Amino acid sequence: MRYEAPSSTKAAVTLLTKEKGKSAILAGGTDLLVRLKGGFVEPDLIVDIKRIPAMREIKKTASGFQVGAAVSGNELGASVVKKAWPGVVEAANLIGSKQVQGRCTMVGNLCNASPAADSVPALVAAGAQAVIVGPKKKRTVPVEKIATGPGRTSLAKGEIVESLLLPKRPARAGDAYLRFIPRSEMDIAVVSAGVSLVLDAKGVVKEARVALGAVAPTVLLVAPAAKAIIGSKLDDAALDKLAAACSAACSPIDDKRGTIEFRTKVAGVLAKRAAKIAYQRAGGK
Amino acid sequence: MAYDTNFTGQKFKVVGTRPLRPDGLDKVTGRARYGADVSAPGQLVGRVLRSPHAHAKIVKIDTSKAEKLPGVKAVITSADLPDLTNGDAGMYDILVNCMARGKALYDGHAVAAVAAVDAATARKALKLINVEYKILPHVTDVDEAVKPGAPVLHSKMFTDGVEPKPTKASNVAKRTEFGHGDVEKGFKEADVIVERSFKTEQTHQGYIEPHACLANLGSDGQGEMWVCTQGHFVYRNTCATLLGLDAAKLRVTASEIGGGFGGKTHVWAEPLALALSRKANRPVKLVMTRDEVFKASGPTSSTSIDVKIGATKDGRITAATATLRYQGGPFLGMWAELGAMTSYACYDLKNVKTVGYEVVVNRPKVAAYRAPSAPMAAFAVESVVDELAHKIGMDAVAFRIKNAAKEGTKSSYGPTYGPIGIGPTLEAAKNHPHMKAPLKKNQGRGMACGFWFNFGGQTSTSLNVTPDGSVNVSVGTIDVGGSRASMALIAAEELGVPYENVRCVVADTSSLGHNDMSDGSRVTFSSGMNTVIAARNAKKVLIQRAAKMWDIPEEAVTWEDGHAKPAGANAGNFPPLSLKEIAAAAGNTGGPIAGHNEFVADGAGVSFATHICDVELDPETGATKIIRYTVIQDAGKAIHPSYVEGQYQGGAAQGIGWALNEEYVYGKDGRLQNAGYLDYRIPVCSDLPMIDTVILEIPNPNHPYGVRGVGETSIVPPLAAIANAVSNAAGVRMTHIPMSPPRILKALDDQAKTKAKAA
Repeated sequence: MRYEAPSSTKAAVTLLTKEKGKSAILAGGTDLLVRLKGGFVEPDLIVDIKRIPAMREIKKTASGFQVGAAVSGNELGASVVKKAWPGVVEAANLIGSKQVQGRCTMVGNLCNASPAADSVPALVAAGAQAVIVGPKKKRTVPVEKIATGPGRTSLAKGEIVESLLLPKRPARAGDAYLRFIPRSEMDIAVVSAGVSLVLDAKGVVKEARVALGAVAPTVLLVAPAAKAIIGSKLDDAALDKLAAACSAACSPIDDKRGTIEFRTKVAGVLAKRAAKIAYQRAGGK
Repeated sequence: MAYDTNFTGQKFKVVGTRPLRPDGLDKVTGRARYGADVSAPGQLVGRVLRSPHAHAKIVKIDTSKAEKLPGVKAVITSADLPDLTNGDAGMYDILVNCMARGKALYDGHAVAAVAAVDAATARKALKLINVEYKILPHVTDVDEAVKPGAPVLHSKMFTDGVEPKPTKASNVAKRTEFGHGDVEKGFKEADVIVERSFKTEQTHQGYIEPHACLANLGSDGQGEMWVCTQGHFVYRNTCATLLGLDAAKLRVTASEIGGGFGGKTHVWAEPLALALSRKANRPVKLVMTRDEVFKASGPTSSTSIDVKIGATKDGRITAATATLRYQGGPFLGMWAELGAMTSYACYDLKNVKTVGYEVVVNRPKVAAYRAPSAPMAAFAVESVVDELAHKIGMDAVAFRIKNAAKEGTKSSYGPTYGPIGIGPTLEAAKNHPHMKAPLKKNQGRGMACGFWFNFGGQTSTSLNVTPDGSVNVSVGTIDVGGSRASMALIAAEELGVPYENVRCVVADTSSLGHNDMSDGSRVTFSSGMNTVIAARNAKKVLIQRAAKMWDIPEEAVTWEDGHAKPAGANAGNFPPLSLKEIAAAAGNTGGPIAGHNEFVADGAGVSFATHICDVELDPETGATKIIRYTVIQDAGKAIHPSYVEGQYQGGAAQGIGWALNEEYVYGKDGRLQNAGYLDYRIPVCSDLPMIDTVILEIPNPNHPYGVRGVGETSIVPPLAAIANAVSNAAGVRMTHIPMSPPRILKALDDQAKTKAKAA
């Protein structure tokens, strides 16, 4: 097993492209190292991206924010992003413990491709995009296009997500993320929901995006759920429609963490609760 | 030597105070040495190959490739562990559990082991061992295992305790029965009868330190082992038997212990480490991974229990029965038997009958878990007791007080009680402010009682006075809950010296006579009593030495406040001699000063507790939060009250995890799905409220200080107390532990559907 810590994205891409065996990208390592120690993966090459300056930055741009792939949860929590996207940052900060927060990254969470990843439903609801650098070109895709199934991504050989783009927030916008865990912390989402809203001057929902986690092989963007609340002031009837649309979109499994029945029902409950928080954050009353 | 162990009501100076714990600095600085913290020159890394199948015949094991791998120094299979158990069935089960013999009985059952120069080589070697399996049908559920047509684990298992003995093999290893009176007659006298069935899932003790040892065994049959254990003497005896050694030639030293709760009363991989060391002729360190700890150590039984209790309208129980099915993994256990014994121990019953069935399944060999078997039985019984109280319109505490056992009650498991604490704990609960605190919406309160026998057992203790007058106490019982502090307090009390002048250590197996392990809440009772006697014996020697120094008869000397004094004016006018002065002169008065004692500590005092719990329920998700919890328990005598409170809180905390989330989840393939702390959910700090404690002290008449033992009873009531609280909050009776959010939400939905149908 080789360990490399290149200082540029280009060098990292070259290493990954040339490797004939199995390779793994190491950012915070909160997933990779656990799997290595457990004997579940045995990569021939590990490329550590933490020494690449571009990946360590959070930048405020004309169109929003750019968050580097090696920015830790802790750094994100202390950044300007939190005010604009509290739901996204809270979601990322729910991962693991304080110690884990010092290491874990949103891009790692995204590329680990778990349907239960905490930051991903919030990113999907936020309309975040991933900047991908590959051996031939650079491309930008919506984050929901990254995971294709549990543990599987659409990234080609040599490709690496360099950063995430979060759009600029208009006035009267708010987002929120909620997950269900049986404990109070240090746990994995049994089911989760991210909601992002933009209101008009009267407090009517103008734009909405609703995403669900752990109810399908990948995080789901649920268009009918958004439709259920657009044009409403989030009255009870609209919230019930939102919950029903969310539950209808679920295709979960029974496993050690929860049942189909439970996930389907609680997806709706969490979406309702997250929508209420997002609405309040957007200034809705 | 003659001694008196009766309770005397002695007034204490240091016993009952709360000095700093002697292991505190080591533990907070990381200096404490646990099982994996000791290394030897030339040591090898031991690793175990485990069955990936729940039930499979081992057709062939080919280790030749692994043996040829450079760096591999030994590979063993069951062929390296010949059967030396000499007809001892229990010991044979331990042997089979350590290494599968012809058949893998559960996912994680050891089939081979290697010792190599490093972990990477050992891991590689395991992959080179080729095991040919023939997969057999499996069964992991306790109810499925007793059904006709279930896969039978052992073709020669014919249920014991049934007349006539069955001729057909089954997974029911044994039947036991307890009780007295005529239950049929009793049920006829009842105005109200409640009958329900319950299930509890399998849980693990959840100790943080995995099993670990450093084994060093030579071809001359002499060896050493450093190991994390609750009973190094028992480990020595077992390992010596399985490996064909003289027990005296295997010296076992116990490490500091990072939790055991019963799970370290049993050997798992230690005999393998010794066998590897003997074969490689090198020291072998073997540390189980967390995954291995879950799959191949000894969790507690999953159970299925039917309870029926009848009572008159005025709240008197007329009859009570229970049928308890406990699985012990693939081997005969005594788990259902303990459940059957403890079920109704809290109550004064005329007619009672309990029947236990020991069931075998394709799961790991069950080991003790803190008051083994009692929490599940208490869950079932106390749930029905609560429901019965509601049905006859009586307060749940008052109903229990009316039926509580007392001094002179013939217990449901046989013996007649002496002075006991069930009544006082219930009275204390009735009068506790927690009972009267208001509840908010979606909150519920529950309470429940629990019982544990406590135990005495074989114990050997040595107390040595050093030349500078400080005192060493050497015990053979592992300190799992603060016993080193308690022993030091007791020695200080008896000798009249400051606590700070005494150090208690756990001695190795070559330094003391045999000690049973630290189980049955026995340590402060038995080693404590032994320390009292050893100190009193040392005091006799100190008096003899003072008499010699003064040249007066020893009858003319008394011991007071750490000093020898002339017994009266006639004895002479000598200034008192301190322990320190006598110790300094010991070289000239007869040599080292010591006190010893070896005995079987009889007369352990039974212990009772009552717990009160408030829970808040989220009816939309089934999530629960424990918002208040109170433990009231009889300690007999709290030697070090902080440790006693810690035991009360620890039992409640483990009970909360068990009640709400912890469970072994098996897939259809019979493999464990959640062998790690991510998905085996023990509570984290923020899941728990501050757990309030009330220590009652109803002296055990058979202990000089009145000690009963406190470690285990505290885990008995929580499952029931929390189930009663959740049931009260939800308005639906919860009968399946853990009450995980999906189970609670389903129960609420089912109830809503039933109500809708009825309307």
